Amino acid sequence: MLLSAILIPVICCGIIYSLSYDASPAFGHFGFWNFIFSDDWVTTSGKESYGALPFITGTLLTTLLALLICIPFSLPVALFTGEYFRGKKIATVLSTIVDLLAGIPSIIYGLWGFYALRGIFMHLNLSPQGSGILTAAFVLAIMIVPYAASLSSEFIKMVPSDLKEGAYGLGATRAEVIRRVIFPTAGSGIFSAYILAIGRALGETMTVTMLIGNTNQMPDTLRTTGNTMASIIANQFGEADGLKLSSLIAIGLLLFLITAIINMIGKILIRRAQHV
Amino acid sequence: MKKIYLPIMAAFAALTITSCGGQQVANDGTGRETVEMSGAGATFPLPFYTMTFESYSGQVGDKVSYGGIGSGGGIRNLKDEIVDFAGTDAFLTDEEMKEMNPVVHVPTCMGAVVIAYNLPEVEELNLSGDVIADIFCGKISKWDDPRLKELNPGAALPAKDIIQAYRSDGSGTTFIFTDYLSKVSESWKNTYGSGKTVDFPVGQAAKGNPGVAGIIAQTPYSIGYIGSEYAFAQKIPYANVRNQRGEMVTPSAESISASAGEIPQDTRCSITNADAPGAYPISCFTWLVFYKEQNYGGRSLSQAQATLSLMKYILSDSIQQTTATVNYAPLPKQAVEISLANLKQVTYDGQPVLK
Repeated sequence: MLLSAILIPVICCGIIYSLSYDASPAFGHFGFWNFIFSDDWVTTSGKESYGALPFITGTLLTTLLALLICIPFSLPVALFTGEYFRGKKIATVLSTIVDLLAGIPSIIYGLWGFYALRGIFMHLNLSPQGSGILTAAFVLAIMIVPYAASLSSEFIKMVPSDLKEGAYGLGATRAEVIRRVIFPTAGSGIFSAYILAIGRALGETMTVTMLIGNTNQMPDTLRTTGNTMASIIANQFGEADGLKLSSLIAIGLLLFLITAIINMIGKILIRRAQHV
Repeated sequence: MKKIYLPIMAAFAALTITSCGGQQVANDGTGRETVEMSGAGATFPLPFYTMTFESYSGQVGDKVSYGGIGSGGGIRNLKDEIVDFAGTDAFLTDEEMKEMNPVVHVPTCMGAVVIAYNLPEVEELNLSGDVIADIFCGKISKWDDPRLKELNPGAALPAKDIIQAYRSDGSGTTFIFTDYLSKVSESWKNTYGSGKTVDFPVGQAAKGNPGVAGIIAQTPYSIGYIGSEYAFAQKIPYANVRNQRGEMVTPSAESISASAGEIPQDTRCSITNADAPGAYPISCFTWLVFYKEQNYGGRSLSQAQATLSLMKYILSDSIQQTTATVNYAPLPKQAVEISLANLKQVTYDGQPVLK
């Protein structure tokens, strides 16, 4: 037990070390901040220049957009299973189905998006090429709904019933109880549920690669194609070497850091929520 | 229960011992023992290699495994001396050759890159090199562009935007395609150049031949480039391309083989935009690459002999004739003759391996 307790941090440090070691040529060549804020991605030999900005933008755009789309789906589900029909059979059925969504492999979401959703998006003229940031974000949103919904539902259930009963006793309606009692009490818990959902969306690779269009330019609108940090690595590391490989690893390191920071914020917020 | 268990264990043990122990003699006339060989690299010729290596194992007795990890990965494995040979769609450049011990290139079969399209109204599409270059850099953005109309007089070209599809992963297919575009269009060469990944300014990208083919199949008015072996097998519509002699050529095993022309002694040559009659202009060789001096990384003489025996097998007439069954094109006679001569240069401890 002690061994595994030591082993996990050691492995984690090892990952950070080897990523930083392999990424250092790229950071050394372009400069750390310059690498992050450069939107060049020129692979032509002799003119090679790599920057992470298009991919950081793509990752943050798809993730935030997915979060925005996900809220109107997941919050009602959380209230439905955690408050309105709490403990009823229908709530159990619904939460089982939502949890089922979490178990679907991402390649399946990718295939569904590629074959079913792309055509619809093109038909509705939401995206001229079918693939793009909007399409990827939409499927990502569906993928993170179960994470946000089931965790939020747990926090909603944790709201002490004497608080709610007190509010009802004062003549509050259900909507008022939700707005004035449940949200303030469970608020930071629900918030942290969404932070963890973001963590999942940030690193999602397969689905995004299949749907985002994989172009390395800065996306100018949500309808255009783009690329994320995870998908550029998945796409290009196979044939990459030298400076390009190092740049891809540097992007990997940045993604690792971003995900770690966001997860850490989520953990801190959960701890605070549990102390309330 | 225990009584049954013991004999079963004994039988298993006996089986494992006999299967490891007995030395088999390879069936290639050298009298050496059989070995296990491993190679890695290009995915483009993978179906051909899978088929050929399997029949080789059956005939000669050596085991051959080949991992389709991409040309770049294959060369890296060869540099690390963990494989017997590497497969690549792009021959090693002079600079790359300088960084390694001397290697031998053996072409194994031919393929091409075809221009696949999705035009519901159009039966047949004719293209020329400069038009393809201008489509993929966005200068021609509509299907009813006058230059496309001129090449396709009778076809009902729609007034729709062209959606370009290209490879998102580094790939030999992209290299062949952009190598061709660089030869036929000066502006393409100066702006984008050629390589395994190229910064296409327009369109969308997908992973692998299946990804690009999927986009084309799913997206009306799209166009993209895919490996011929994939397009032939999947029956995706593809365009005729005008070659250097001005002939409109449909990609096929014959027109691909026709593009070989004159081959240099080390077989390292690009055959895109070939001048030969009836040549499909976006054709390519695919090579197996291995070290000229075979005694490295503790390899035995048998291992070296087996590697060469495999190469001779691939170059043999009977195997070259099977290329078409997996949608590749056979090597022309000259390429086979040069390669057989090159095999004689391979040494083990300085001594030629082939007698």
